[in-house]
Amino acid sequence: MTELAKSAKGPDAATATTAAAANNTAEPAPARITQWGEIRHRFMANKLAVVGLVLVTLLFIVAAAAPLIATHDPYAQNLANTLQEPSGDHWFGTDALGRDQFSRIIYGSRIAVIVGLASIFLACVIGCILGALSGYFGKAVDSVIMRIADIFFAFPLLIGAIVIILVMGRGVLPVIVSLAVFSWATVARLLRSSILSVREMDYVTAAKALGASTTRIITRHIMPNSIAAVMSYVSFSVGTAVVAEASLSFLGIGVSPEVPEWGNMISAGKDSLGVSDFLWVYPSSAIVLTVLGFVFVGDGLRDALDPKLR
Amino acid sequence: MGRYVIRRLLQMVPVFIGSTFLIFFMVYALGDPVAALFGDKAPDPATAARIRQELYLDEPLWKQYGHYMGQILSGNFGTAFNGQPVTELMADAFPVTLRLTLVAILFEIVFGITLGVLSGLRRGRSADTTVLLLTLIVVSVPTFVSGYVLQYLFGVKWGIVSPSVSPEAPFDELMLPGIVLALTSLAYVTRLSRTSIAENSRADYVRTAVAKGLPRRRVVTRHLLRNSLIPVVTFIGTDIGALMGGAIVTERIFNIHGVGFQLYQGILRQNSPTVVGFVTILVIVFLLANLLVDLLYAVLDPRIRYA
Repeated sequence: MTELAKSAKGPDAATATTAAAANNTAEPAPARITQWGEIRHRFMANKLAVVGLVLVTLLFIVAAAAPLIATHDPYAQNLANTLQEPSGDHWFGTDALGRDQFSRIIYGSRIAVIVGLASIFLACVIGCILGALSGYFGKAVDSVIMRIADIFFAFPLLIGAIVIILVMGRGVLPVIVSLAVFSWATVARLLRSSILSVREMDYVTAAKALGASTTRIITRHIMPNSIAAVMSYVSFSVGTAVVAEASLSFLGIGVSPEVPEWGNMISAGKDSLGVSDFLWVYPSSAIVLTVLGFVFVGDGLRDALDPKLR
Repeated sequence: MGRYVIRRLLQMVPVFIGSTFLIFFMVYALGDPVAALFGDKAPDPATAARIRQELYLDEPLWKQYGHYMGQILSGNFGTAFNGQPVTELMADAFPVTLRLTLVAILFEIVFGITLGVLSGLRRGRSADTTVLLLTLIVVSVPTFVSGYVLQYLFGVKWGIVSPSVSPEAPFDELMLPGIVLALTSLAYVTRLSRTSIAENSRADYVRTAVAKGLPRRRVVTRHLLRNSLIPVVTFIGTDIGALMGGAIVTERIFNIHGVGFQLYQGILRQNSPTVVGFVTILVIVFLLANLLVDLLYAVLDPRIRYA
């Protein structure tokens, strides 16, 4: 039983530990190293991963507390005060419409967070369901799902996204949907191949022999052990989604131009080149730092989950 | 081998039909192409109905799709918004983007694999860590940011290259855009070959080769490299299609009139023949590149045989 609990990571192992701890209240149980505990330890020992975690945490704080941090209204125009150099009042200067750059960048983090997380979450839901079905059932189900994944895989992301946005109209939701629609195929493929290797393991056979239902085998035994491959990809792809979202705005088809959003600001800053040369540098740095955060975390997760790869 | 190619080609058919139908469906949902033809003016109902019938727009969607694919297979891609046949636009745009992609792929192969091999052989040392960190940073910089920075530095400030590309787009003008287009994938190629080399350098056959007394250079080039390149080749193969479609941002920055430019124009002007036609060709390129990669496996690894 302990062997089973150990091999099925996650919830099972956690309950086993708490149960053991509850039984030995008089005598403190030796701290059992769970698999997740070890992963966390390896992750925190990685300097880059910690830097990434700090950057991502900062981003979340800034996005959540944007109204408290911003010094001005990000939409307030002041045509008497355009293209100002950075000063005590406007830390990053003002843009061509006299809007405060600092406040716009702070508010821009909200779009980045919302689009990045929501689109990849949606992609994961679709990808995990289809990938799990495909990997577990194999045969005809597998061929059909994988051919559908091939279709979405064969599409250039930006082109497909542009068409969807034109159908749905501009805005945050169409951007999220279009990025998710063209990202789920990778998740499905990753999970499928990971499940194929886990499916033949002894503990799955054991669960089957014990009469566990298909749903239980998938959700309690196969998924916790296959999800590792997906997890680091998820963190990476939140970063890629932030880039893709900014690229769409840069091309002029993301969220509407008055919304404080980094891609919009870079595009606008480029138009002010010659008058104010460094306007585009601030939003660019914001994007790069954000994506770096997610990429570092993804990299650290991969190393922590599978130290053989290092 | 021949049978394998035929089987693979047959497998490509449903993917081809699926992806072309998908784009056809989406573009169809974009709006009324007849109304778009008339711009702001309200079309005369009789004329609109006649055009609709001529373009098979009064038929159900799947029939329209069937008719359209029939036309495409006979080489007729329809007309673009300015009355030019789409095939003419393609003849202008594809060579340009193909050259751009070629430059990008070359950069990926030369710099990506070299850097990857060098850092893979020095696994865990400072050179390796530096390269790995650099690749992560490069991945985090969006194409349009690196594009602007390089365009500003090389094109405007130092005046080494011209900041925008002329309509003929010769190879030398495409160097800078090619690097910009390649950057992200270059980082992936570096990481991929580094991991692969680092893993394989501990393999038994490498130890045997070293023990036999083969010179290090030969061990690396003939034994290690050949065995480690398969995942890299796979990535580069799928990247050909991605680069051609993803060139849309790079082409915008450097004002290159390639596939991305024409597609963008077609999408904005709601010209379905341009969009569906270009995407169809891109999908074919993607599928053929993947097939080519599978066949290359057999060259790299003689153990893989296609019966």
